[in-house]
Amino acid sequence: MTTYLVRRLAQSLIVLLGVSFVVFFILHLTGDPAAVLLPPDASAEDLQRFRQAMGFNDPFFVQYGRFLRGALQGDFGQSIRHGEPAFGLVVERMPATFELSGAALVIALALAIPAGIVSAVRRNTTVDYVSTVVALLGQSLPTFWLGIMLILVFSVHWGWLPSSGRGRIEHLILPAITLGLFTTARIARLTRSGMLDVLSQDFIRTARAKGVGDPPVVWKHALKNAAIPIVTIVGIELGTLLGGSVITETIFAWPGVGRLSVQAIYNRDYPVVQAAVFLLASTFVLVNLVVDVLYTYLDPRIRLR
Amino acid sequence: MTPRTLHRWRPTVVPESDSGAARVALPMAHPAAQGRREWLAFSRRLVRRRTALFGAVVVAVVLAVALAAPLVSPFDPLGQDLENRLRPPGWQDGAGYIHPLGTDHLGRDILARVIFGARPALLVGVAAVLISGVLGMIAGLLSGYFGGPVDDVLMRLADIQLAFPFILLAIAVIGVLGPSLLTIIAVIGVSSWVIYARVVRGAVLSIREREFIQAAQALGVRDWRVLVRHILPNAFTPWLVVATLDMARVIVIESALSFLGLGVQPPTPTWGGMLADGRVYLSTAWWLATFPGLAILVAVLGINLFGDGLRDTLDPRLKI
Repeated sequence: MTTYLVRRLAQSLIVLLGVSFVVFFILHLTGDPAAVLLPPDASAEDLQRFRQAMGFNDPFFVQYGRFLRGALQGDFGQSIRHGEPAFGLVVERMPATFELSGAALVIALALAIPAGIVSAVRRNTTVDYVSTVVALLGQSLPTFWLGIMLILVFSVHWGWLPSSGRGRIEHLILPAITLGLFTTARIARLTRSGMLDVLSQDFIRTARAKGVGDPPVVWKHALKNAAIPIVTIVGIELGTLLGGSVITETIFAWPGVGRLSVQAIYNRDYPVVQAAVFLLASTFVLVNLVVDVLYTYLDPRIRLR
Repeated sequence: MTPRTLHRWRPTVVPESDSGAARVALPMAHPAAQGRREWLAFSRRLVRRRTALFGAVVVAVVLAVALAAPLVSPFDPLGQDLENRLRPPGWQDGAGYIHPLGTDHLGRDILARVIFGARPALLVGVAAVLISGVLGMIAGLLSGYFGGPVDDVLMRLADIQLAFPFILLAIAVIGVLGPSLLTIIAVIGVSSWVIYARVVRGAVLSIREREFIQAAQALGVRDWRVLVRHILPNAFTPWLVVATLDMARVIVIESALSFLGLGVQPPTPTWGGMLADGRVYLSTAWWLATFPGLAILVAVLGINLFGDGLRDTLDPRLKI
């Protein structure tokens, strides 16, 4: 168990190191970070002075070492647009993004797991068909279009819900549905196929033969065994949600990290972009580390591997 | 004795294809004819799944429309007509069915733009899937076949890749490099290899232990030849399923990038770009944002239905 934890922790650290390198490298993609950071009309002297001041003339790995040391201390440089530390700007917006992703995940789990279970238990009935079609539609609807259509219907046409901003619970409803639908569809499909797998196994037949009724078989025997892949997918889907928040936040003017980063890209404010990418990726790595540790409790076989 | 071991004692039915002895005794069909027959049998099974057939038809129609866009389009997708701007769709327009889906804020015909918008979507979809598919296939083959340090390095790279919120990484890179068709294809292609690598690796791990691989190795066949001639064809099925379903994802990403203004640049019509334009006129002209979104939905749904059918026909146990 300890070996597993230590190994898993070491893996996460390696991944974070890789993440930091990619984030650093984004600025060097064109070969000249000074040209990326300064406005296009900057003169050659300006560029040269800026390169000198920022240390862009140093060897590549010296620059990476400096970036890494800064990143570990939460220093990604100053935002070019706001003049404040980029890290602080991003951290300030994190709660809004977590709130939105969390709400989307809650909606997804609350809808998807019951739908998946009912679909599997009542296989090939109308309920199953309806839920399968809805899940398929949910996986095929582009997030941004769904968001716009929800605004068109619920804000523009009926005026029931606000189309932008953050504050009250009403503000959360449309963005959370928009962001959560894809995840809902995925988890519902996974729950259905996982439950079908488990329900066809011998121990379920044994339980049924012993006279165990339908509800306990489904909820106690089957769901516990189908839970493992669901927990994995929840960890991975969190990445989808954090990434998807970029689009959803842009549509609903939600003041989170996603919207901040899109604006930062338009403004060529790369320190903010780097800090945002790094923080979101780190969150994802951390959550998956936690999920993997939780896992060992759900499925003791993993500890033994 | 546990029920599980009892279960194993049941006589197993040997699938036809494995009964080599019977095959040798019968006159062999020509290999090409045999391949054709297998292919026919496979297509028949696929066609019997009505949803898959429906998906295939939808994809074929979208593809045909994209290829024949100049022939089927009623108007020039770039032709502006400022006198007829923001015309509602034909059935709501007093002037009649001149513009079936209406016109946009510059008087351009929406139907023509939706038709031409299929081109960048499908082009990016096919090209990016090919790039990531080939990269992932190579990574998966190497990782699964050699194992050890090669596997460790490649799988850590996969973890690093997965840690990034995809859209955010893509827009950051495109923001630096500048949006163009090539950049978009390259960015999506290079960063979508992980799922292929994982699926191919899984297939290789199970194929590697089979007798025919050991036989090839014992005969002194070189590693790369074993990989290409014996393992790759057997890992192709799961790869194909992933590639089909991934195409749907790539088309959505292409539209999302265009929506954010980081896709193929105007005036070239893109579904995402049209949606972004339409968003501004949401309260006055609903048709601007509605139809390009429906086009994305139809294309993506068709591909998903076809991909699901392909998976169920080729390998129902595949968990994708």
